[in-house]
Amino acid sequence: MNMKVTPRGEHAMKQDQPGQPVTRNDDANHDLSIRVRDLDLWYGDFHALKSINMDLYSKNVTALIGPSGCGKSTFLRCLNRMNDLIPSVRIDGLVEMDGRDVNEPKMDEVALRRRVGMVFQKPNPFPKSIYENIIYAPKMHDLVSRKADQDELVERALRDAGLWEEVKDKLHQPGTSLSGGQQQRLCIARAIAVQPDVILMDEPTSALDPISTATIEDLMDKLKKQYTIITVTHNMQQAARVADYTAFFHLGEVVEYNDTKTMFSTPATKKAEDYITGRYG
Amino acid sequence: MPKSFDDISAQLRARHRKSARLKWISMGALGLAALFLVLFFADMLVKGLPAFQQAQIQVEVDYSEETSKMPLKAVDRDMSRLVSRGFLRLIPGRMEDNPDLLGTKKMEWVTATAEVDQYLKGHYSRLKDDQKAIVDQLVDEGRAELRFNSTFFTSGDSKMAELSGIASAAMGTVLTLLVTLAVSFPIGVMTAVYLEEFAPDNRFTQLIEININNLAAIPSILFGLLGLAVFIGFFGMPRSSPLVGGMTLALMTLPVIIIATRTALRSVPDSIRHAAFGVGCSRWQMVRDHVLPIALPGIMTGSIIGLAQAMGETAPLIIVGMVAFIPDVSASLSDAATVLPAQIFTWAGEPERAFIEKTSGGILVLLAVLITLNATAVVLRKKFERRW
Repeated sequence: MNMKVTPRGEHAMKQDQPGQPVTRNDDANHDLSIRVRDLDLWYGDFHALKSINMDLYSKNVTALIGPSGCGKSTFLRCLNRMNDLIPSVRIDGLVEMDGRDVNEPKMDEVALRRRVGMVFQKPNPFPKSIYENIIYAPKMHDLVSRKADQDELVERALRDAGLWEEVKDKLHQPGTSLSGGQQQRLCIARAIAVQPDVILMDEPTSALDPISTATIEDLMDKLKKQYTIITVTHNMQQAARVADYTAFFHLGEVVEYNDTKTMFSTPATKKAEDYITGRYG
Repeated sequence: MPKSFDDISAQLRARHRKSARLKWISMGALGLAALFLVLFFADMLVKGLPAFQQAQIQVEVDYSEETSKMPLKAVDRDMSRLVSRGFLRLIPGRMEDNPDLLGTKKMEWVTATAEVDQYLKGHYSRLKDDQKAIVDQLVDEGRAELRFNSTFFTSGDSKMAELSGIASAAMGTVLTLLVTLAVSFPIGVMTAVYLEEFAPDNRFTQLIEININNLAAIPSILFGLLGLAVFIGFFGMPRSSPLVGGMTLALMTLPVIIIATRTALRSVPDSIRHAAFGVGCSRWQMVRDHVLPIALPGIMTGSIIGLAQAMGETAPLIIVGMVAFIPDVSASLSDAATVLPAQIFTWAGEPERAFIEKTSGGILVLLAVLITLNATAVVLRKKFERRW
């Protein structure tokens, strides 16, 4: 990767329209999935997200990078309202999906999470069998009822998550008996079993070894054909490898949002450049 | 100049001595506690085990016309003082049930009086010397012996020690605890679920939490007063009944179950809640399908221990009238009943020597049940314990 860059001014990033990346990735899809405008978030008095504007494109991988505490995970949780679970949070601004503001009072957060799935940092399968882990949510959402359909759905989800071959003979063993990497793929299978539009991944590989990490990265690449993937990562190389777009967060702001290639070769801002080249963070 | 190992050891000697001393003191405390426990059990066993045996004597029973009216004449005069009057009283009834008996004479093993029983067990007895001589003779002839006391387990209380048993109290305990469980388990668990999973953390819920913790420390007799005032006084429920007793004990058990359930819920990792929300569970689905199943062993353990506590409780039941003389075994929730510890309390107040062993026997039964309950709790916890 060519890291040679010329220093630029802090505010070199000028956007024609708020929320759009500075440069486009022409290979990527540009259908809008989630539109974020002037999003502010406070934890009590702490201003954690400051006027975020982002257009997230569907059927892409968008990586959110930045130093710890910069608000990238907080931002991710805004997209399926997981922040609702924290009592002191106050949110202002627009997160629009499918023409609806996800924070509007009429929006049912359960319906939102049905369309915006999530994979967490630490693999967290339910302490049930592998089969139950997958089929629980589809059954709950009334997607399947017949046993044959259920079997088929479980197989498809596990195949899509690249886990089928490893677990097909032990579907009724507890999901917690799998290895860490397998557990994380089980969680991905669980998320895609309800056919969401968007999958949020909060540092999905940070608890995994390099081989499992590579497997999951390959998986993200495959899954983006069907799903919009937004992932938080601390791993620069991972962002460079899997993401079509990358957003750099710093102190609650999006400092730069850009096509991944441009971000890692010629970032538009000094801060992003310093972070990417490892000068801090 | 760095110090050698020997120099350092010399300095450490006093510290090692101190820790050794403390170790011996703590072991002494433990030994003392164990000693008391052993003494208590030994005393109960020595005093209580004889209660499971009862003297029986073989006498000739005369089923005549006259006996059906005056059953005391069924056995001859000398012997009739040794035979339990409880047995003799039953004779007319038996003759009515079985008319063939009329006009026959039979040698039968019958229950002896408590005094004969005590005499045979070598305790103080109020038998006169001539009666003692007869008993001695019966023993020599093999017509008097100690046998397993099934009456103790099959009949209720009686004024005659040889006929009294724990059956009515055991039945009362079962019914009372069923009511306690049915009332306190759902209310306690749902309260804990609300406080832990639904309620916002504000002044009001903190106040509730403090009060629940305080409730667990309230003297149990006050719950009896509450039960008397509310269930009997206000709602007019039947006095002395397992219904009222069970509900009163439920009040006492509630805080225990709530606290145990909250602890069990709190030990469920948040990652499970996040996973459930992540796949689109509503809050109730999250609790019902994921959190409660994981917390259930802890909830059951806490509830069993709460119930065991309630089972050993006497004070609140005095107030609602369950410490009573209940000779009949009744399976109704609204009839007067008593419970095991109350039965023990009643027997402990009897002046007759024979009731001392009944008291200890009752304690043994109660202890056995309590140990079983607590062991069940431990087994459940071990069996369903999850490791993360």
